[in-house]
Amino acid sequence: MIVAFAGIFGCQLLGEFIVRAFALPLPGPVLGMFLLFLALVLRGGEGGKGAGDVPKPIGAAADGLLGHLSLLFVPASVGLMRYFDLLAANALTLILALSISTVLAMAATAFTFRLLAGSNS
Amino acid sequence: MIPSLIAPHPEVWVYLSTSPLSWLTLTLVAFIVADRISIAFNRHPAVNLVALATFLIIVALKATGTSYETYFAGAQFIHFLLGPATVALAVPLYRNFERVRATALPIAASLCVGSVVAIVSVVAIAKLLGASHEIAASLAPKSVTSPIAMGLSERLGGAPFLTTALVMATGIFGAMILSPLMKLMRIDDPAAIGMAAGLASHGVGAARAFHIDSTAGAFAGIAMGLNGALTSIILPILQPWLGL
Repeated sequence: MIVAFAGIFGCQLLGEFIVRAFALPLPGPVLGMFLLFLALVLRGGEGGKGAGDVPKPIGAAADGLLGHLSLLFVPASVGLMRYFDLLAANALTLILALSISTVLAMAATAFTFRLLAGSNS
Repeated sequence: MIPSLIAPHPEVWVYLSTSPLSWLTLTLVAFIVADRISIAFNRHPAVNLVALATFLIIVALKATGTSYETYFAGAQFIHFLLGPATVALAVPLYRNFERVRATALPIAASLCVGSVVAIVSVVAIAKLLGASHEIAASLAPKSVTSPIAMGLSERLGGAPFLTTALVMATGIFGAMILSPLMKLMRIDDPAAIGMAAGLASHGVGAARAFHIDSTAGAFAGIAMGLNGALTSIILPILQPWLGL
């Protein structure tokens, strides 16, 4: 378990380092995700294991973190309280723009995906 | 109410109200209560875990006159885990590697279409409703994960911290409408649902997608990561067209 967390933190740290060193327009953890993915792909190739096979400790640590992903957003979400006045003053514009745009983006993404994935299979 | 209970011992309240441990515990307890309520409503999408827990905590903070900064001194230990959790998205991504490889074209195409729709529609609607430049610029990156959104907002002349609030609101709203919208569109492919969730409502959408199906969660993780990167490239290109 400790090895797994060291690996995950290590990927994040390396991601943060590369992002800063090369001034990339990405957060460190997102690059860290691609680095861990790359590590899993490389290991899968060498170990001769089937694709999709993740070392148990890494799998358990990831499942533990992602199983409670909602909880991790709560502290940032409580930050909404600092902007009540600004949000309230523009409430109608913000609510309409956010909600309509989110529906459109979601629908467009799912529609495009189904259109192309459907014609493949 | 709580301060009056321990009023005879003001120093106890001073300790409790400033100790990070109190606010860390409050966050966990509020989340557990929200989780129970969500289960009682059969995980109905309208009863959003993040929104409910946030509401309970804000009520508690207002009631005790506690600032967000004091609260965050405790809650930051939970907030910190967001980074490692983002890295951990590589695991479901790898478990679904075959499926991802087979759908590379639909992933790339839906990503490009969704990303442009997310940016253009929010700015166009806000401008149509007479929003100021600052508000429109703060809204533009609303669908991407907050560290990226804050940087983009600042570059466009928006207010980065307002953007964080709008990003969270977008995530919560997206998580609420995901299931009903997909049902309405008669889309039941977990990959398509996950792409839509992660693209339009980043990690909060991904959290909801994991509740639906682990494949949906994996695709939401991909969509969130790639849309963050893509938005930071195309938003500056779209900027003159959007009048920002």
